[in-house]
Amino acid sequence: MSSTLQYRRAKDKVFLCVVCILSSLTMIPLFLILWELLKKGYKQINLSLFTEVAPSSMDAMLARISNEPIPGGILNGLSGTILMLAMAIVMSIPVGILSGIYLAEHKDSKFSSVVRSLTDLLQGVPSIVVGVVVYAWVVRPMHSYSAFAGSVSLAIMMLPMIIRSTEESMKMVPGTLKEAGLALGASYSTIILRILLPAAFGGLFTGSLLAICRVMGETAPLLLTALGASAVNLNVTEPTSAIPLLIWEFYNDPNLANLVWTTSLLLLVFVLVINIIAKNIAKKWKIQ
Amino acid sequence: MKDKLFKYLLFGASCLILLLSGGIIYALVSSSFEVFSHFGFFNFIQSTEWDSQHEKFGALPFISGTVLTSVLALLFCIPFAFSIALFNGEYFKGTKVAAVVSSVVDLLAGIPSIVFGLWGFYVLRPFMVDLGINAQGFGVLLSSIVLAIMIIPYASSLSTEFISVVPNELKEAAYSLGATNLEVIRTVSIPFAGSGIFASFILALGRALGETMAVTMLIGNTNNIPKNLADTGNTMASIIANQFGEASGLKLSSLIAMGLLLFVLTAIINLIAKYIMKLVNK
Repeated sequence: MSSTLQYRRAKDKVFLCVVCILSSLTMIPLFLILWELLKKGYKQINLSLFTEVAPSSMDAMLARISNEPIPGGILNGLSGTILMLAMAIVMSIPVGILSGIYLAEHKDSKFSSVVRSLTDLLQGVPSIVVGVVVYAWVVRPMHSYSAFAGSVSLAIMMLPMIIRSTEESMKMVPGTLKEAGLALGASYSTIILRILLPAAFGGLFTGSLLAICRVMGETAPLLLTALGASAVNLNVTEPTSAIPLLIWEFYNDPNLANLVWTTSLLLLVFVLVINIIAKNIAKKWKIQ
Repeated sequence: MKDKLFKYLLFGASCLILLLSGGIIYALVSSSFEVFSHFGFFNFIQSTEWDSQHEKFGALPFISGTVLTSVLALLFCIPFAFSIALFNGEYFKGTKVAAVVSSVVDLLAGIPSIVFGLWGFYVLRPFMVDLGINAQGFGVLLSSIVLAIMIIPYASSLSTEFISVVPNELKEAAYSLGATNLEVIRTVSIPFAGSGIFASFILALGRALGETMAVTMLIGNTNNIPKNLADTGNTMASIIANQFGEASGLKLSSLIAMGLLLFVLTAIINLIAKYIMKLVNK
């Protein structure tokens, strides 16, 4: 009896150890990736990174031969990313919030459940497929890759996340708030815009930040829609670069390989910082 | 009057989702129609040829590459994601350690695909070469390992939720009978949360199917059916990313048709997962 008890206890301990070991192993890649990017990327961090466009392969090769840091920066990618993200935000956030409100207000209607399933479907669409679709919608009729096409693809990917987070945070708002508004004789739109929306703001804001985070590093759809450009471009109908597109270019060009780490480091830091901010906001608003 | 307008606005925004989904399906189907009428649907998905010069295109190598890498990635991720779920949802539920672990795993989910690809290329690939997998290190095995790391967060965060809602009374009943932690997990938690956990792994599989950049950088990009784990290949997503830019005519349509197949495949996988979750929640 005691031997089987010992055996059971031992088995239990071993299992706990395995769980702890596997769990800690899972956390290693994050730190390995960060370390790798820091180790290889810190050399190129300087002001010109933000003020100059990506160097040509030739310039980079000359600098590499004379053992100097590669000249130039990623201004064309940075401006492109900001431009496309801004347009994607303008397109997706209003629509996402409005339909999220609709879903929260009409919980049980058939139409809502259809929209909800389609939102799930959209969320699962692989990013490259979004790229293909936007190519067929926007790039082909316009006969040109463009920043506009890129931002449409980013907006499509942000939309489902914003809808879901709006719906979830609207549901969290206590029904008594709405009733109080109704009792005061407020109109439907006033109740939603002045009472429910501000009360759900924390969740909404977090959801939107996370959506931005998710699309910031997307490369595949932009390859098929925005293509990339070597100069700063603010014309929405022209091909435009973005930070992930620059990483892809640098990766494909051995002369620019040194710059790839710095650019990735920058992208990763952006993404992680926004992520952490978003999570902290979510925590703060939950307590209140 | 203003209220009515506002209600229409809400309704309109939701209708836009309908339009969007319809538009996506229409764009994919109408652009790939040419391919299916030219080769025949079943010929297209069964043919192994991918020949730009003779305009012969078949999807089988890429379908098999996608399925092989994703399923392998899923197998690799199961022990890790399951451990995280037990760690956060059972053993250390609600503690500071669990909070730290879950935020680290969350951050892992935030790393862009292309950064994973870079890391796999410069750090893991030399390992593969040292291990003697193949001369260049590229291939199915390398991409599955990186894919597995990428989908662990998706699988683990959902399964954690399912494991942590196992009622305490059930677990306490088992503990009071003298069960050890492991026995409680095996006889109470897993039977209770099993289908939910299963669904989260299916969702993670759906993620793996559509991953593009990391796989494109690591799989080796050869248009053959991978014969073993060390072999190189191509997935549906990676062939689109690689060849879309210079494609035109029938090749472009073939790539769009590939996009349609990928869309249908991920949609089916996600539907299955959502259906299981619906059953669980009832």
